Amino acid sequence: MNRRTLFSRMAFSVGAALLGAAFALPLIWFVFAPFNAQADLDLAMPKPPTLTNFARVFANRAAVGALLNSLLQAFGTVLLVATTATLAAYALARTALRGKRVIEYVLLLFSSVVSGSAAMVPIFLIVNALGLIDTQVAVILVFTGGLLPTAMFILRDFIASIPRGYEESALVAGASPWRAFVDVVVPVLRPGVTIAAVWAFVQVWGGFLIPFVLLRSEQRMPASVEIYSFYSQAGTPIVPLLAAYSVLYSLPVIALYWYVNRKYGFRFFGGIKS
Amino acid sequence: MISQRGANVSSRTGIAFMTPAGLLIGLFVVFPFFWIIAVSFTNRSLLGVNALHPQFVGLKNYLDLFDPATFWSQGGFGPSLWLTIQFVVFSALLGQVLLGLVLAWISRELSPRAKSLLQGIVMLAWILPDVVVGFAWFAYLDRDAGTLNQLLHGLNFPAADFLIEHPFLTICLFNAWRGAAFSMMLFDAALQSIPPSYLETADVAGASSWQKFRDIVLPLIRGHIVTDLILITMWTFNVFTPFLLTAGGPSFETDILPIYTYRIAFKSFEFGNGAAIGVIVMLINLAFSLFYLRLAQRGLRAKGKGT
Repeated sequence: MNRRTLFSRMAFSVGAALLGAAFALPLIWFVFAPFNAQADLDLAMPKPPTLTNFARVFANRAAVGALLNSLLQAFGTVLLVATTATLAAYALARTALRGKRVIEYVLLLFSSVVSGSAAMVPIFLIVNALGLIDTQVAVILVFTGGLLPTAMFILRDFIASIPRGYEESALVAGASPWRAFVDVVVPVLRPGVTIAAVWAFVQVWGGFLIPFVLLRSEQRMPASVEIYSFYSQAGTPIVPLLAAYSVLYSLPVIALYWYVNRKYGFRFFGGIKS
Repeated sequence: MISQRGANVSSRTGIAFMTPAGLLIGLFVVFPFFWIIAVSFTNRSLLGVNALHPQFVGLKNYLDLFDPATFWSQGGFGPSLWLTIQFVVFSALLGQVLLGLVLAWISRELSPRAKSLLQGIVMLAWILPDVVVGFAWFAYLDRDAGTLNQLLHGLNFPAADFLIEHPFLTICLFNAWRGAAFSMMLFDAALQSIPPSYLETADVAGASSWQKFRDIVLPLIRGHIVTDLILITMWTFNVFTPFLLTAGGPSFETDILPIYTYRIAFKSFEFGNGAAIGVIVMLINLAFSLFYLRLAQRGLRAKGKGT
């Protein structure tokens, strides 16, 4: 290796390391602070490392309640999204419904247009008119509506990749379309449903704006909103608790991504992160 | 064969299977789109007479929004729109796309372990919940003790209260950091689809890394870049997360449209005005989506021809 290529290899490695460090820097604090009972905003080695902060979080009823609310909202949404999206995706992939293409086009269009805080204005008014403000049902339904189009497209692509012959032999053997769906399609579709479900779970788990706008009472708030109760009256954060809580709250997301990534590999499905 | 191409199931069953999802999407996605248009022509508010019996006010909300006397006033629609355009250009089109390209290009030449470490860190910034990254940056940027100021101090730079002194630059950097992973993964997939022989040939010819990138890679992944540009433009245009860092302040310096909409509708509870802003935001979204869908369909057709 001549001197010039050696030099450019080194410059390359240093550049790559600096870029990685720049991305890691804002998160490094989270490696130490949660285990430091006296944690503040500075970067300091905990002496000694302790789990006190986590114990304090678990002793805090509002904090635990908020995590349970997050679980309730996430599981409720995932259940509803997975069942209704699977049915609808099957219809999209396997029927000769006229206007199917139009439905798909309109769905894609609306799902990317009706989003963010602009969409929350009419959604708030609709939920209000239904008398569902400050209910978990409202949060679950609104999340479900928003996540369904993407979930349907993920699943439709999976169904399209299942050989038609599978169901056809069931139908020839005299099974009803419903039986063919439940006994033949659903089992083969497990990876697709897993990916759609994990994606939906992560969206709800981290979602801030929808519960923030639709919920009122503290005992219904999910962790994403309730985390702000770890601020004193004056608005200064109670740092040790926030650090530990942030880590606890992030763990499911990291674990799920890691699992899906390892099991199925990372793939793109349209715009998978809204 | 019991079925024709595209049909294992009768249309009736198909409609039945579509119904639950159709109802939910109809009520919480499609209907809101039309409802917000209706509300934008009224003086609907949260409390008082106008909550129960909103009046039709015609185009008043839109005329107010574009009233030349107040359009450019502080905290008005004009500055917010202009700020949002800059936010999209700097944090998404420049920040995320360039970072994504660089990261994907670097990843190619790293060892598998270094690659998964680098991409893992970048992915972490992308997957963590909003409020967690919000708090992480709050701690990171703290004037007295934050990691960034400690680092700057170590390098003999003056400390700064970034959220107060450079709020707009900060949310741009934040959004670039937060979203770069998507572009990186997209370009990573695009780069892997390039036949290695193309680059090997260039190596033999003695091309530099930059020449290979410009003359071979760039033309081949142009489609991916356009897709990426549109998707991240749409996401950044609607992103609410900077609210968790600055809440739109100080003095409206980070008052991007999603935060502005939220403020008018849910802080002032002027739903009529908020709806008018929402309609304009959605129309801009619509333009982007139509463009993207047309592009995607052209891509599909091109692919269909190839096979």
